[in-house]
Amino acid sequence: MSITITGMTKRFGQTDVLRGIDLSVAEGELMALLGPSGSGKTTLLKIVAGLEWPDVGGLQVGGQDWLQLAARDRRIGFVFQHYALFPHMSVRDNIAFGLSVRPRAKRPGRAQIAARVDDLLDFLQIAPLADRYPAQLSGGQRQRVALGRALAIQPRVLLLDEPFGALDAAIRRDLRRWLRGVHEATGSTTIFVTHDQEEAFELADRVVVMGEGRIEQIGHADEIHDHPATPFVARFMGATTVLPVTLQAGRALGAGLDLTALPRRALPDGPARLFARPADIRVQPDPNGPWRIDTLSSTGAELRLLLSHPDLPAAEAQMPRRGAPSLARGSAVTLRLEAGSVFSDHRPLPAVPVTPLRKELFK
Amino acid sequence: MIAAAAPVRAKRVLPGFTLSLGTTLLYLVLIVLIPIAALILKGAEIGPERFWQIVSSDRAVAAFRITITAAAIATAVNAAYGLLMAWVLVRYDFPGKRLLDALMDVPFALPTAVAGLSLTALFSANGWFGSALEAAGLQVVYTIWGIALAMAFTSVPFVVRTVQPVLEDLDVSLEQAAETLGARPWQIFSRVVFPAILPAWLAGCTTAFARSLGEFGAIVFIAGNLPFQTEIAALLAFIRLEEYDYNGAAAIALVLLGFALVLLVASNLLQNWAARHREAAR
Repeated sequence: MSITITGMTKRFGQTDVLRGIDLSVAEGELMALLGPSGSGKTTLLKIVAGLEWPDVGGLQVGGQDWLQLAARDRRIGFVFQHYALFPHMSVRDNIAFGLSVRPRAKRPGRAQIAARVDDLLDFLQIAPLADRYPAQLSGGQRQRVALGRALAIQPRVLLLDEPFGALDAAIRRDLRRWLRGVHEATGSTTIFVTHDQEEAFELADRVVVMGEGRIEQIGHADEIHDHPATPFVARFMGATTVLPVTLQAGRALGAGLDLTALPRRALPDGPARLFARPADIRVQPDPNGPWRIDTLSSTGAELRLLLSHPDLPAAEAQMPRRGAPSLARGSAVTLRLEAGSVFSDHRPLPAVPVTPLRKELFK
Repeated sequence: MIAAAAPVRAKRVLPGFTLSLGTTLLYLVLIVLIPIAALILKGAEIGPERFWQIVSSDRAVAAFRITITAAAIATAVNAAYGLLMAWVLVRYDFPGKRLLDALMDVPFALPTAVAGLSLTALFSANGWFGSALEAAGLQVVYTIWGIALAMAFTSVPFVVRTVQPVLEDLDVSLEQAAETLGARPWQIFSRVVFPAILPAWLAGCTTAFARSLGEFGAIVFIAGNLPFQTEIAALLAFIRLEEYDYNGAAAIALVLLGFALVLLVASNLLQNWAARHREAAR
């Protein structure tokens, strides 16, 4: 089912949680809603599920107006952040729940339900856990049961709220790959919410970056990484250093900064801000350089530096320790920017470029 | 050889585990255990044959039957009302909610004799409710219904106060999950919410029942206290005591004590059973 969200707004008391969301999700697409907490991503997901209602806006799914449908009639699979498994039911009963509560006329027979549950248990590789209770399961196992329970009703749309949020890093990575496999096998339209960039980029076909109730950018990993559409996205993608620069004929110029590696940009002349990630800042020893190394620490693989300049905000740099020039605290250096994003202070921010969908996603 | 490390004693807020445990145990023994032990010893003096004779006398059997029947009626009413009250207090927001919540403790705080007197005044033939009920041909005062009413009044907080915290702790996402899976409101209640609060509810009902069996002050005013009709067991024990028939009093009291212990054990078993799958709800 394709999902189309139009002009959606939502307030909780005095807080605008969603400030006009327009978003389309193609049938069979796996989309991530990425953003810091408070960006409205979970609220948006819950509106699609029917667990929250927008103040204004449209929600069309497969050509049907879902704002006219209660959650129970939407046939969605929702996986909760903390799984919300029914504690007094065994794994088998949890998975069977959605089928067993159907009205008598639409309910499959007892044997059919059991067969469907067995299939899912095998598919999710949790068959040995069938008779356990949720309290007896690990986090990763609960996650699988929660997904099995959601898949049992053959949902038209699968929605996951921070699906790996409560798990250890190693289990996360495994489950991520596994979830991608499940998505490919079921082919259902899937939206998941996360605050973890790596998770969003590795798993999703397209990533929607949200901030303070707005969509900041929609795109693939490389695009969002290399060409953040807004200062918000640049910061969220790890640009910790923000320096004032001047734009002249599309080139950024800054005192004490080597910006020759940055491409020309179609931006008006005048003051601008440069957003840079620590790894994109190259530190070169130079006795006449205007920057000073304030702190220098090593994580073994990498060196991390904090740099100061008499007239500019502090900068943060990071480089592999192997092959790094010899640097010491207090020594004078110059900075060369290998990459960075420039946003003019004058003009309103450029419109968000919409990334075309990959062809193979349409069925 | 590795030298054994000296045991490290965890720091505690109260000084000395021994002292604090000793104090609490001493208090428990003085206030609770010695009186109960005295009662049991007194009962043991009687001898089994005499004990059985007292306990199975017509008047005693009638008193037990009346007490248990009235307590069962009161508990059934409180089971339904207490569950509803807990639901309203947890699930809805309305002006005066905190006041209503506080009112739930009134039966705990009010002297039971006061409750008995005001209930009698209200339900007697010329009271507000009593006159209306009288016209409908229903008599409450001086009947088993009056006893049940007084018991219901004094034991209602038990059900509310055991169900309320469990309902408060119940994760909303459980109900949301059930809804997304297609469950209707009634199915959500009967298959998800009710099983979660069932053990607490049963435990609350059990303690309410135990409290009703032992209620005395509120009942004696409203019951009329006619032997074989409206005389409860606790009152019979009191009457025996007044007659200096210590053995008779002790035997009846022992039976009540037995009931109370069985019910408390049942209540605790239910609470344990409740905790069985509890942690998974987090």
